[in-house]
Amino acid sequence: MNMKQKGMPQRQVFGEMVAELGASNNRMVVLDADVSSSTQTKHFAARFPDRFFNMGICEANMVSVAAGLAACGFIPLASSFALFISMRAGEQVRAQVAHPRLNVKLIGGYAGLSDFADGASHQSVEDLAVMRAMPNMTILSPSDIVTTRLAIRVMLEYDGPVFLRLSRDSVTEDYPADQAFRIGQAITVREGADLSIVATGPMVRLAIEASELLAAKGLSVRVIDMHTIKPLDHDSLDRAACETGAIVTVEEHSRLGGLGGAVCEAVCERTPVPVVRIGIPDRFGETGRYPELLARMGLSAGNIAAAGEKAFNAKGKKPAMSRYVNASVSGKNQTL
Amino acid sequence: MADSEKLAAECLSMRRTLVEMIHNAGSGHTGGSLSCVEIVWTLYSHVLRYRADEPDWPDRDRFILSKGHAAPTLYATLAEKGFCDPVLMVSTFRCLDSMFQGHPDMRKVPGIEMSTGSLGMGISVGVGMALAARLSRRDYRVFILVGDGELQEGQNWEALQAAAKYRLDRLTVIIDKNGVQLDGTTDDIMPSGNIAAKLNAFGLDVRECDGHDCSALLSAFNWACSEGKSPRAIVAATVKGKGIPFMEGDHTWHGKTISQQDYELATLALRGERA
Repeated sequence: MNMKQKGMPQRQVFGEMVAELGASNNRMVVLDADVSSSTQTKHFAARFPDRFFNMGICEANMVSVAAGLAACGFIPLASSFALFISMRAGEQVRAQVAHPRLNVKLIGGYAGLSDFADGASHQSVEDLAVMRAMPNMTILSPSDIVTTRLAIRVMLEYDGPVFLRLSRDSVTEDYPADQAFRIGQAITVREGADLSIVATGPMVRLAIEASELLAAKGLSVRVIDMHTIKPLDHDSLDRAACETGAIVTVEEHSRLGGLGGAVCEAVCERTPVPVVRIGIPDRFGETGRYPELLARMGLSAGNIAAAGEKAFNAKGKKPAMSRYVNASVSGKNQTL
Repeated sequence: MADSEKLAAECLSMRRTLVEMIHNAGSGHTGGSLSCVEIVWTLYSHVLRYRADEPDWPDRDRFILSKGHAAPTLYATLAEKGFCDPVLMVSTFRCLDSMFQGHPDMRKVPGIEMSTGSLGMGISVGVGMALAARLSRRDYRVFILVGDGELQEGQNWEALQAAAKYRLDRLTVIIDKNGVQLDGTTDDIMPSGNIAAKLNAFGLDVRECDGHDCSALLSAFNWACSEGKSPRAIVAATVKGKGIPFMEGDHTWHGKTISQQDYELATLALRGERA
C-alpha cells in the first residue's frame, strides 16, 4: 500500500464516481433526503436531473420508493446519513429491501464520528450492528479513494441489497489503481506473523500506523482491510488466527455488533485466539474536533498498538477472569 | 347476468374460500380480508392489465396490497385468475414451507408485486413504481390498497406528498374504510377524521364510493383511469367482516381463529341460510 497523503472527502469520491457511472448506466437512479449537498449526490443530480429524486426529509418513504423502483428493474441508490438509513428507515430497509432481496443500494454517509461537530444526534455508531443483523444484506465499508470507487462499481454489478458505509472525512489514495476488489474478500495490506490487525473503513490507515509502531518494538503485524463487513471473509480470518495467533479489530463504530462483534463471533467458533476490539465504547458520540474525538474514543494508532501488545501477550495463555475485560487500553469505563 | 351481478356472485364464492382458508390455517385476518373482497376482485376482473401466464410482463399494471394482512383475498383472487394453485392455497396457507405465507411474499407467489405486512409502506412503493413507469416510458398504472386504520402510520403521508410532488397521475390509492382496527373502532383508537378531505389536501383527486357495490367500484375505477393531472384516491366505505353477520363491524374478528362452530355458522351465512 502506497501511503500518499493527498486526500479527498470520501463523500466527494462517492458523489463524483456515481455521477461518472450514471453516464453509462441508465438504470441507475439516485434518491436523496434533502442532504444531497452533504452526501454529494448533487453531482449526479446536476448531470441526470430526470434520474434524481429529492424525496425531502422523509427517509422512510425514500427507502420504500427505492424498493418500488428496484421492483421495476431500476438500480436505485438511496442516500442519506448512515444513522437515518439504518435506523430512521430501518424497518423499511428490513421489510422492503432486505426481506424481498431487492436491488436497492443504501448509501450511509457521515458514518461513525465523521460528522464530528454536529455531535451525538448525527454520529452513527450503531449502523453496522443494525444492518448486519438483517438477512440478505451486504455491507461494504471501503477505506481509501481507490477502494471506494471499486466498492461502488462492485455494488452496482451485484444484484441485491447493499449498504455502503461512507465517511464525511478525507480518505487518501492508498491502493494501486489495479487493486483487486471482491465482495467478501478482505485485502491483506501487510503480511505479518505475530498478530493481525483487522480494520474497516478509514480506520485501516490508523491500523497501518499502529503496525509501524509495533514493528519498532519488534512485532511483525499483519494488517487486513475488511472492506466487506457482511458477508465476512472467514478464510482471511481463519488464516490470521492460525498463522498469527492474535487479532485486534478496529472500527469507527460501537464495539458492540460491528466488525469487532462479527470477528469475535467467527473466531470464537472457528479458530479461537485472543481478540481485542478497538472501537467506540458503549456510549454515544459528542461534539469535538475530529482527531481529538477519535482519540477520546480510543481510535488512535497508539491505542491500537497497545491493544496489539495486549493481544500478543495473551496468546497461548489460559483465560483468567478479567484478563480481557479492560483489554482495550484507552479504556476508562470500557467494560464491554 | 349483468357484470355487477356476476361480480357479486363471484365475491360471495370468494368469501367462502377465504373463510375456509383461514379456518384451515387456524389463524389469519378474517375481518379485513372480507372488507376488501369487492375492491380486489373488481380490480382484477375489469381494471388491471396483466398476464397470469407471464406475471413479470413489464407493461402490466401493478397492484400493491399495502394492508398485507388481507393476503387471503389477494391469494384467492390470484388463484382464481390463474396465477397460482387454488387447492394448494387452501390446504397450505400459513403452513411451514408454503408459498402462501401469512403475509404476501413477492418472492413466493407469482403476481405479488411487493412483500407487505408491516403497515404504512405500500403507497411509497407505489410511488417508486409509478416513477419507474415514467422513467421507462411505460404506461402501466399503479393501484395501492390501504386500510383506514393503516393510514395512522405517518409514512403514508410522506408518500402522498411525493405522489403529489411528482404528479403521479397513473397512481391510485384505494382506502378500505371499514372503520375498525385490531383494538377497536378507528374512532376509539385513533380517529381518522375526514379521510377524503385529508387526501384532497395532500394533492389527490378523491372520490368516495360504496366498497361493496361492484358497479360503484367500477365507475370509481373508470374515473381513476381517466385522463387527469393528479394522483387519485378512492375512499371505499366498507364493513369489516362483510358477509358474515356475526363478524360484521366486530373488531375481535380482526385476527381471531375461526373455530369449527364459527366456521359452520359462517358457511351457512354465506349460503344465505341461518343456523
